[in-house]
Amino acid sequence: MTDLARTNDAAFTGPVLQAVNLSKNFQKLQVFQNLSLDLQRGEVVALIGPSGSGKSTFLRCLNMMETPSSGQVLYQGASVIPSFRDRGDQIGIGTLRRNVGMVFQHFNLFPHMTVLQNVCEGPISVKRMPKAEAQALGMHFLGLVGLAEKHDSYPSKLSGGQKQRVAIARALAMQPGVLLLDEVTSALDPELVGEVLDVIRTLAREGITMAIVTHEMAFAADVSSRVLFLDKGRIAAEGSPDEIIFNPSDERLSNFVSRTRN
Amino acid sequence: MTYTWDFHSIWQNFDLFWFGLQVTVLYTVGSIVFGVLIGIATCAARLSRWRFLGYFARLYQELFRCTPLLVQLLWFYYAFPLLVGVNVDNHFAAMLTLSLYVGAFYAEIFRGGIISIDRGQQEAAAAIGMSPSQAMWRIIAPQAIKRMLPSFINQSVIQFKNTSLISVLSVADLAYMAAVVNGQTYRPLESYTVMALLYLAILVPVTQLADLLEKRMRTSD
Ligand SMILES: Nc1ncnc2c1ncn2[C@@H]1O[C@H](COP(=O)(O)OP(=O)(O)O)[C@@H](O)[C@H]1O
Ligand SMILES: [Mg+2]
Repeated sequence: MTDLARTNDAAFTGPVLQAVNLSKNFQKLQVFQNLSLDLQRGEVVALIGPSGSGKSTFLRCLNMMETPSSGQVLYQGASVIPSFRDRGDQIGIGTLRRNVGMVFQHFNLFPHMTVLQNVCEGPISVKRMPKAEAQALGMHFLGLVGLAEKHDSYPSKLSGGQKQRVAIARALAMQPGVLLLDEVTSALDPELVGEVLDVIRTLAREGITMAIVTHEMAFAADVSSRVLFLDKGRIAAEGSPDEIIFNPSDERLSNFVSRTRN
Repeated sequence: MTYTWDFHSIWQNFDLFWFGLQVTVLYTVGSIVFGVLIGIATCAARLSRWRFLGYFARLYQELFRCTPLLVQLLWFYYAFPLLVGVNVDNHFAAMLTLSLYVGAFYAEIFRGGIISIDRGQQEAAAAIGMSPSQAMWRIIAPQAIKRMLPSFINQSVIQFKNTSLISVLSVADLAYMAAVVNGQTYRPLESYTVMALLYLAILVPVTQLADLLEKRMRTSD
């Protein structure tokens, strides 16, 4: 495992992040029921499925951006409670999110901060890291996404692809155990998609544990070790990229894959 | 009509104007400071998850935004003491009323600024592990402040002019002192013109500065 993927609890050998029988409903709308997922360290799982099938909501439950209606999220075996602070052996949302990073479709960079300030904000104000150390760390991750020379720019001066790479660096700067990516190329012009996917491929090679929601089938096949097909709020198919994307057995799955692949 | 302006007696009483101007500035600055604190608290209550806090804050805002300031001043000085059975000092009543009045408007300005910030900002802050208050002060507020600055300054300019109403409670502000000078000199035209010019002299630079600030901020986006 490389430097990038090292976390403070490298000794822990079980699944880094687990969802156990998660269900979520918005008032009457049942988004999904009893979804479970184990993410092993270094594993990359791709979540695919039609729009509205609950992929984003599921991903957002994994870092408690949405509170699950029932079920449990566990980080390194510790169950997560819906309060900000830890309580005993249970970890709070604050600790969970320090360790489970998220990258959004619309980047959500902080527009009042420079690129480097965006990346250093988490280490400085959440981890209380000394400024100089955080900046060195920030420059390291900006280098990794190929944007070191933009560190003094404001987000408004960047292209969509550059913004998303900064957003990835911002998440990495927290040195999370897991990274959640929700359709991170969907808001980009087609010619900018490649540079972002390349960065994510690098992260996969470096052993970063990731759960990725994507519509890019070739990318999903290429980067992930396991693919989950979410349909109507349940896992309709699960397996290797080969089984799910290249040789789909399920009819709805094969329709979905062939529609999305081109 | 021929009127011979005579400022001589006005200059002789200029120390009264000067005193009045200082009082006006004091009440403006004081009520702005208290008003900001009240505004932040009220805004927090309005945005809070606890519904009843929000209703309570809303009630306060409506009371103070939908009655004239003059009426509020009279009420706090003449009616409120009867209610609680304690005499209220006129300076205290003036400062309290001015602060509550402007606080109700500030709260609405703050709230508007905060809810205008994209929800994604709050989510991105939360995603790196920030607590809700960290997200507010580090991420949301700096962006919101920039957006609400023009309305904030505008409301504060109005507040400066509104302080003239405290003269009805015999607080010796600029308007009150102008009346005093008029009473002594029988020169209403000069007294009240000098008063108006003093208000202008303070506020024109403030509004100019505000325009400049707004322009600078627009270019930095
Ligand atoms: N905050 C919300 N309130 C109400 N309904 C929501 C909310 N978020 C998502 N939904 C609904 O949940 C369903 C799943 O949405 P989502 O998880 O975004 O699907 P996907 O990401 O797979 O497209 C959709 O029907 C969507 O309208
Ligand atoms: Mg989605």
